[in-house]
Amino acid sequence: MSWIDRLVPKFGGTSRDDDSGESVWIECPSCSTRQLETILAESFHVCPNCGHHLRIGARTRLDYFLDPGQRVEIGNEHRQHDPLKFVDTQTYVDRLTRAAKRTGEKEALLVQAGKLLGRPVCVAAFEFGFLGGSMGSVVGRRFQAASDYALEHGIPLICFATSGGARMQESMLSLVQMARTAASVERLNEAGIPYISVLVDPVYGGVSASLAILGDVNIAEPKALVGFTGPRVIEQNTGVKLPPGFQRSEFLLEHGSIDMIVERGRQREVIAHLLNLLAGAHAELG
Amino acid sequence: MNVHDYLDFEQPLIEVQKRLDELDADDPQAGAQRSELEQQLNQETQKIFSDLSIWQHVLLARHGLRPHTIDVIGGVFTGFTELHGDRRFGDDAAIVGGLAHLDGAPVMVIGHEKGRTPEERGERNFGMPQPEGLRKALRLMRLAERFSLPVLTFVDTPGAYPGAEGEVHNQNEAIASNLAAIYRLRVPVIATVIGEGGSGGALAIGCGDWLQMMQFSVYSVATPEACSSIVWRSPDHAEAAAEAMKLVPDALLELGVIDRIVPEPSGGAHRDLEGTCALLRSHLSDVLKRLRGMPVEQLLRERTRRFRALGD
Repeated sequence: MSWIDRLVPKFGGTSRDDDSGESVWIECPSCSTRQLETILAESFHVCPNCGHHLRIGARTRLDYFLDPGQRVEIGNEHRQHDPLKFVDTQTYVDRLTRAAKRTGEKEALLVQAGKLLGRPVCVAAFEFGFLGGSMGSVVGRRFQAASDYALEHGIPLICFATSGGARMQESMLSLVQMARTAASVERLNEAGIPYISVLVDPVYGGVSASLAILGDVNIAEPKALVGFTGPRVIEQNTGVKLPPGFQRSEFLLEHGSIDMIVERGRQREVIAHLLNLLAGAHAELG
Repeated sequence: MNVHDYLDFEQPLIEVQKRLDELDADDPQAGAQRSELEQQLNQETQKIFSDLSIWQHVLLARHGLRPHTIDVIGGVFTGFTELHGDRRFGDDAAIVGGLAHLDGAPVMVIGHEKGRTPEERGERNFGMPQPEGLRKALRLMRLAERFSLPVLTFVDTPGAYPGAEGEVHNQNEAIASNLAAIYRLRVPVIATVIGEGGSGGALAIGCGDWLQMMQFSVYSVATPEACSSIVWRSPDHAEAAAEAMKLVPDALLELGVIDRIVPEPSGGAHRDLEGTCALLRSHLSDVLKRLRGMPVEQLLRERTRRFRALGD
């Protein structure tokens, strides 16, 4: 089992009732209660019993976040490739193919333009099931395309980041995406276009240390793990036992890395409100 | 060089060097023998260094005697004046920076410093920066911008320091803010990888208008050991990871990641500090001459084009 498979949401508890063939049950990874998927979907995949935010795919995320109706998908023309011809226990090309099959996505970042409570917005969402949401050159390019679209149309950009970090299989081509995406955010800053970053469990490495931390406003989902170096590596390296809650959203808020923690069900309303406030200031200064 | 300073694959050179060292400098009879031995040493060195494995290349980039940022600063620039501190929390010795002259003109110099002695390596965390080090670098870049001084950076780190304190102090923000700042800095930024370049801790001062690597340096998304742990789920595949990541200058030049390879003296930089610095100085002067003459708006336009195409 690869590190990515380990991190991918455990829907092992998913099962269908034999008789109906319709109802799908999902076990909450936190409290282990079984919930009907239809019920979970109504609560945006937040466990009604314990409030745990279950991992969801990028497409589901955008469906939950954007108003129903027409969407424009951005950056789809940027397709995967393997410039390094990277091979570990399997080829990178095989990993990409399997990830695409498993998730139904072509890459680890999905970008759509649509509306949030009637306001046009551009939204990028990482697909954690696609190679751990890792950032390679196509992910960087799509983020840049998202930022370009927001700039061109003068609309805010919102990004939901969930990622293991830079993609090892593209090495330097992946590392430099940190600079490329930071530059994309910088162009939005210069133009006075709001950029809201939402940190979703987990965000690490090259993604947390670039586009994800640079929001005008940084928001995290409850109990999300966010850091540069993972806790296991820190403990191995320093021999220090990390305190409970280390790198969780609540810890980040306490230490000044994020502005607020917002449950999934309130994100539409809170972000729309923030955008109203930011747009108002901009218009007045304008 | 002491015997223990030779890497395994350099062993054939020890014997020749020893015979050369034993020759009496004042003996006129030894002249012919000396030039013969020197020629032999040269040939052996070229033979070994023209056919290095990727892993041998990594070992050279990490060689205990390889010139560090401080050595390069001493050999390439004049009048270096070190500046300290991030003005917020501390001063991280894993990053050194300050003002100096190159070709008679002032510049800002910033680099990772691994330290040489065991004590120094401890104090400098083996060149692995904390957020404070990266914020010091950012402060110095802003200072350079205010006084229209070009920024010359030197990359030599396995990565940002993987500690709990760095997380509390928001290592993420320190790295990301440097990248955003470099993108819009109104002075030329020239980055040179002199040893090891690994991960965001390297990139945070390791990009700009020009990126060059010394012949036996390496640059990758993570150290081969870290890549092995992540992808192979075991630290035992570092050599395979090094090969797979294409971290040597030749491969990165071909991929369009870097702009130039700075050659090293025969047998590597650790054999000839003076020669190394002379080569570095001429390459830095050359790039600087071109970038200095460029109007700021053009410099920024070119940089935008460059950053937009990164990794394509």
